[in-house]
Amino acid sequence: MDSPVKLRTERLNVHYGDFHALKDVTAVVAERRLTSLIGPSGCGKSTLLRVFNRMNDLIPGCRVDGAVELDGRPLYAPRVDVEALRRQVGMVFQRPNPFPLSIHENVIYGPRVHALAHGAELDVIVQRCLAAVGLWDELEDRLDDSALELTSEQAQRLCIARAIAVEPAVLLMDEPCSTLDPIATLRIESLMRELARRYTVVVVTHNMQQAARISDDTGFLMLGELVEMGPTAQIFTRPRDRRTEDYVTGRYG
Amino acid sequence: MTMTKPHHISAAFSAELHSLKDQILAMGRLVDTQVSEAVRALVERDPELAGRVIEADRAVNQFELAVDEQCIRILALHQPAASDLRFIAAALKIVTDLERIGDLAVNMAERVAILAAGPPLRAVAELPGMAASARRMLHDVLDAFVTGDTAKAEAVIAADPDMDTRAASLLAEVEGEMSREPAAVGRGLATIFFAKHLERVADHATNVAEMVVYFVRGQDVRHPGSI
Repeated sequence: MDSPVKLRTERLNVHYGDFHALKDVTAVVAERRLTSLIGPSGCGKSTLLRVFNRMNDLIPGCRVDGAVELDGRPLYAPRVDVEALRRQVGMVFQRPNPFPLSIHENVIYGPRVHALAHGAELDVIVQRCLAAVGLWDELEDRLDDSALELTSEQAQRLCIARAIAVEPAVLLMDEPCSTLDPIATLRIESLMRELARRYTVVVVTHNMQQAARISDDTGFLMLGELVEMGPTAQIFTRPRDRRTEDYVTGRYG
Repeated sequence: MTMTKPHHISAAFSAELHSLKDQILAMGRLVDTQVSEAVRALVERDPELAGRVIEADRAVNQFELAVDEQCIRILALHQPAASDLRFIAAALKIVTDLERIGDLAVNMAERVAILAAGPPLRAVAELPGMAASARRMLHDVLDAFVTGDTAKAEAVIAADPDMDTRAASLLAEVEGEMSREPAAVGRGLATIFFAKHLERVADHATNVAEMVVYFVRGQDVRHPGSI
């Protein structure tokens, strides 16, 4: 990995009450690369993703120990402005969640809340972000329509446009294609590759083939442990750990 | 591919991989028989037997097509990864080496007629021994393929230089015989070719051994020192 380190954890432990969700996880996410997190249900991959923008803070009983850094700065230090952090580290969810507003208002929601732009600048942002996610040409005449009228794929693209409208450095994506059909999935995957040229992208996916197709690096988690993390081609052709081997070849553990 | 691995969750995938392994093993046994029969045709000076070896090559070719097709089907339908992927990649290469061994058996059988047409050169006596060594390498590598025994595969790789030496010394010996007896040039050339074919059988067994090491360990042992 030649890219600089964007996100880093060291001996990260996360508990939900008595449940030990992440165990001594030491991970590195390189800048402007696409990193996939894979593993069986309940392995902790979504928890790890949510550590990176402190989404777990919202869960009662959640305790985070160990180091988590963005650009070398601790994310869990007392003085960290969590709102500002979430602007830098955006998130796209499994189920497209457009706000019940117009397409235009969805995109400018973040810039307006964070007072990043005003007036005509907002229109520029709308065009730039919709173009970046491949929606501008099909929606430029429908900007005032409700976002709830969009197809699942369009809605997910809009959510990505909304996430990048605040100029984040990192995009976290939690199963972003799991509600899409296979063709829409391939198109979103291609968009994700495009996004990785400008942003650091971390994706949680249940679809191993998706991780293989799109990501530069892949981390495999099991029972709260980061078993192995490395270049995707290595993970899928020559995994070092037997547990990774069994998982990517579809064997009983 | 070792026996201690847990089972695939997909039984159909497991069955495909097992059947592919069985096919390759059956093909390996067939080409071994082809080599053995070609050498027997030489020793027994039996051009008819040689003709049957040439005929049987069609079955070898059928195996090649069937194995290739099965590999492509597994790749398309099951998207194998890690050791399974390496196994399929190795299978696609191994099948080519086995098919070439089959072709070499045919090439040997084609030399039998001329070799049987006159008294054998002294060097012909070396050929059954060379054939036995080449076949031992083939047996060992098929065994290593089935059991995933990389030590055995590496022993096959280590045995190859000896075959090259024996082929070279046979060549020198036959050259001497041909210069002393110009009438023996035709049989002399056929003898040299025969030895060369056996030496090539050993080369292909070595290639298979390299593929066994690759799919078991994920390590490419071809062309050492070239990277």
